[in-house]
Amino acid sequence: MTESAVSPTIADGRSPGRWLSALARQRELSLVAIMVVLGGLVTLVAPQFLTVSNLSQVAVLASVIAVAAIGEALVVITRNVDLSVEATMGLVAYSVARVLELHALDAPAAIAMGLGLGLVLGMINGVVVTLFKVPAIVATLGTLSIFRGVDYLIAGSHQVPLAGLPPGFTNAARDSILGIPMFVLVAVVVVVIGSVILRSTRFGRQLYAVGSNPEAAAILGIPSRLVVFTAFSMCGLLAGAAGILWVMEFGTINGTSATGVVLAVVAAVVVGGVNIFGGSGTLVGAALGALFLGFIANALILVGLSQFWLQAIYGVVILVAVTADAIILRRIKRAATRRSVR
Amino acid sequence: MTPVARLLARWETLLVIAVLGLVVLGTALSPVFLTPGNFANLIAALMEVAIMALPMTLIIVAGEIDLSVESMAGLASAILGFLWAAGVPIWVGIPVVLAIGALGGLMNGLLVARAGLPSLVVTLGTLALFRGLALIVLGPRGISDFPDAFTELGFGRVPGTPIPWPFVIFIALAVLLGIMLHRTWIGRQIYAIGKNAGAARYSGVRVTRVKIGLFVLSGLIASLAGIILTSRLSSARADAGAGMTLTVVTVVLLGGVNIFGGSGTIPGVALAVIAVAVMQNALRLASVTVEVQSIALGSLLILSVVIPTFAHQAKSAIDRVRGGRPPPADSIKQGERAAT
Repeated sequence: MTESAVSPTIADGRSPGRWLSALARQRELSLVAIMVVLGGLVTLVAPQFLTVSNLSQVAVLASVIAVAAIGEALVVITRNVDLSVEATMGLVAYSVARVLELHALDAPAAIAMGLGLGLVLGMINGVVVTLFKVPAIVATLGTLSIFRGVDYLIAGSHQVPLAGLPPGFTNAARDSILGIPMFVLVAVVVVVIGSVILRSTRFGRQLYAVGSNPEAAAILGIPSRLVVFTAFSMCGLLAGAAGILWVMEFGTINGTSATGVVLAVVAAVVVGGVNIFGGSGTLVGAALGALFLGFIANALILVGLSQFWLQAIYGVVILVAVTADAIILRRIKRAATRRSVR
Repeated sequence: MTPVARLLARWETLLVIAVLGLVVLGTALSPVFLTPGNFANLIAALMEVAIMALPMTLIIVAGEIDLSVESMAGLASAILGFLWAAGVPIWVGIPVVLAIGALGGLMNGLLVARAGLPSLVVTLGTLALFRGLALIVLGPRGISDFPDAFTELGFGRVPGTPIPWPFVIFIALAVLLGIMLHRTWIGRQIYAIGKNAGAARYSGVRVTRVKIGLFVLSGLIASLAGIILTSRLSSARADAGAGMTLTVVTVVLLGGVNIFGGSGTIPGVALAVIAVAVMQNALRLASVTVEVQSIALGSLLILSVVIPTFAHQAKSAIDRVRGGRPPPADSIKQGERAAT
């Protein structure tokens, strides 16, 4: 909830709307605050939580989801959704792993291939949504099924074992530069580049404009279809990147890899304060949302709750986040109308 | 438009032609394709999806969507198994599970209609939540020692015929909901909500109440589908029904229901059930695995929205060329169908 959803006139008011809107715009800060408090509580029960090795493990896993969530956020900002990200991740992961196993390409070429494949899959979504005018939910539910089907088709029952990959490739997941894990650096670089594009380029402003008011954007002459197409393409590219990170992290890859991840990705985006009605949200928020979910998953294990709770918690987190968004948005609107009447 | 073209433009007609084409293709592929036993088998395997497609039709006509049905079916299966394993008689367990289904639907309905949240995100949330609850209740184990009388429900056939019992349940529900949608004031209100919720509200339609009712119905029937699935496989599992939502939505859209709400018919969806069953059977006979069949299913889902959109565009283009007046702007809606 930043930028375009909250007009600047609201911030200088003196009603409950003021701190609520402030809180809403500080979703990133609220998330950090919640994580600090939760982290403290978990440390009381399980002291091993607050160790460098544990925290960096959390951050590394969260980075994979974060990269995909940043792509998803771009699409959600345009008032669309991409449910096919997990299938893109899975298909790219298997293709890259298989190519490496067969020694068909060396690591850099395989990575380039994976990114290219992700981009193409994202472009397919973009074409179906913008050119064929299929609503994003149906289009990406369809491509989720198609991409996963293609994944099964080429993978069959084959599984690429960790040993089948070049050792240097999977080491990347454990490498670090100046004490910061490689994966975290990748996620940070993606967030920084993405945020700069959203903030300072025409495309970035157009992305928000299309999402917050498609009709007005059309009247202003913004090429909405091109903007939405680009958002889907970027989402595919980043899902491909997440798929490559998935291979580095887990090593063992088959046709079902990354199944069910879409829920974590969408949850991260929604928790990160990207408005599901489009038009507002930041990439930092989406990345922090991913970190928050990874944090909860880790805390669950350390507190001794079964892994089975995770999915239910993702569901609750999605529901709580959208409900909170709606309530805050409604109060802001009410406060704004009250002020404009006065 | 000539009468022939008008008949051809009806979505249901196209479906019937597609089904006939697939049957011919299937018969050419394998002599067992058209035997009653084979047909009963292929229909039986799709009945949970078919049953869930009925309330989904009403929800999509009303302009919403319910992605959580597959998880509700899983939760129903898990709770039924849990209760049975805990010594609760099955005939007590079933009403409890149905009540939980209705409650889950109520939760969706309240969040969507009362709180005004988008149904896509709410039901994506409950998709995760209900599946998570199923895993918490039953964990990774499967419960399979159900009494014969119960497994007969999903596995048995109407005596003297190859017709599976779930098919009878589907037909009964289809007739019931079909009459409700096409012949009663409730149905007219559902169409009105889907066409223009604001206008419907000003015309005295209790939009909130109708939408909540539809989600409750969807939850209830999804749990019924979960019970039937448990019975048919004689096994209760937390992951029961995983991935079914896609097939349910595909069947509904293939049946000519407009994804933007406001139009669609129950007979159309029933035809789509048969079309998908025949297609899956033909693919299976061509030894395409279930996983790879998802390519066909996903393409079908997208095509069932693309084709009507392009047909509509082509039609208005032809009208323009002939010098006829362009249709009024508000009738050019994306994905509008001829079938209403």
